[in-house]
Amino acid sequence: MSTILFFIAGFGTIAGAVGVVVLRDPFYSVLALVGHLISLAVLFLLLRAEFVAAAQVVVYAGAVMVLYVFVVAYVGGSGAGSPGDEPLGGVSGLGSSASNLRLGGAIAGGALLIELLIALLGTGLKAISGHGAGYAPGPRTFGTPAYIGNLLLTRFLLAFEAASFLLLIAAVGAVVLAGRRGGLEDEDERGPLIPLDLVRPQGTGTTAEGVGGQHR
Amino acid sequence: MSIAWYLAVSAIVFSLGVVGVITRRNPLVVLLCLELMLNGANLSLVAFARMWGNGDGQILALIVMTVAACEVCIGLGMIVAIYRRHLPVDVDELRELQG
Repeated sequence: MSTILFFIAGFGTIAGAVGVVVLRDPFYSVLALVGHLISLAVLFLLLRAEFVAAAQVVVYAGAVMVLYVFVVAYVGGSGAGSPGDEPLGGVSGLGSSASNLRLGGAIAGGALLIELLIALLGTGLKAISGHGAGYAPGPRTFGTPAYIGNLLLTRFLLAFEAASFLLLIAAVGAVVLAGRRGGLEDEDERGPLIPLDLVRPQGTGTTAEGVGGQHR
Repeated sequence: MSIAWYLAVSAIVFSLGVVGVITRRNPLVVLLCLELMLNGANLSLVAFARMWGNGDGQILALIVMTVAACEVCIGLGMIVAIYRRHLPVDVDELRELQG
């Protein structure tokens, strides 16, 4: 039973990854990644990592992917038609360089795959061909939320706190990067400076003052 | 299934992510392929944790997921900022840092 489940989930994982790489529309790439993540959560469950699988589905396939869908809907509509983003074919002028890039990427990826397989499977570790350490189901056994929480708050407390601080920094950084609250008018989008601007108070003589909506 | 099968799947997923980062030009898809690479590494971490029967690999996988969430947050913020400045959303066109 677990063998069948492994092959189904493994096929889904690899097919989702291939879909992310080869699909042309970024929106379909995001959907392929959602399928990949859910299959990967099944693999985590087969490896007795219950909490990691649940966090994967909730955090990744839920929250992060919704963020991706928002940004694809905001940006990707115009970006999808830009030249050079076709995984198959390519525009006439860019055709040869794009296909060279694709060929080089495939060769590099294949070489990396062979090297990884040699490094991972060619080691002398006997335990790799086994089914893992002994496992007895129970409420506080390996991989359950209680086990993970106990480890996070005792042995890995420093990593836990560092991760929370990193999340805080990332939230502040995202607000700084994407936030522009001062209205649509930017510093360099204002009209050219005329000599009268130097002698009068800033903002007077504009349409904004006339309608009483001066906001600066 | 033995641990080796899981490691093979993780190696394939990681290599596919590398191919995507090299070949695709849309920064959104490049970020998605970075996620693929992180997920391949996560799968091997969880497989090794199962092999030894302790939870250190699972903790490291959770931390990697946190770092991936931060990376998505910053990366998508940068893409939105690029789009708002009317620059091309294409990693080959954005070569100002290259000199």
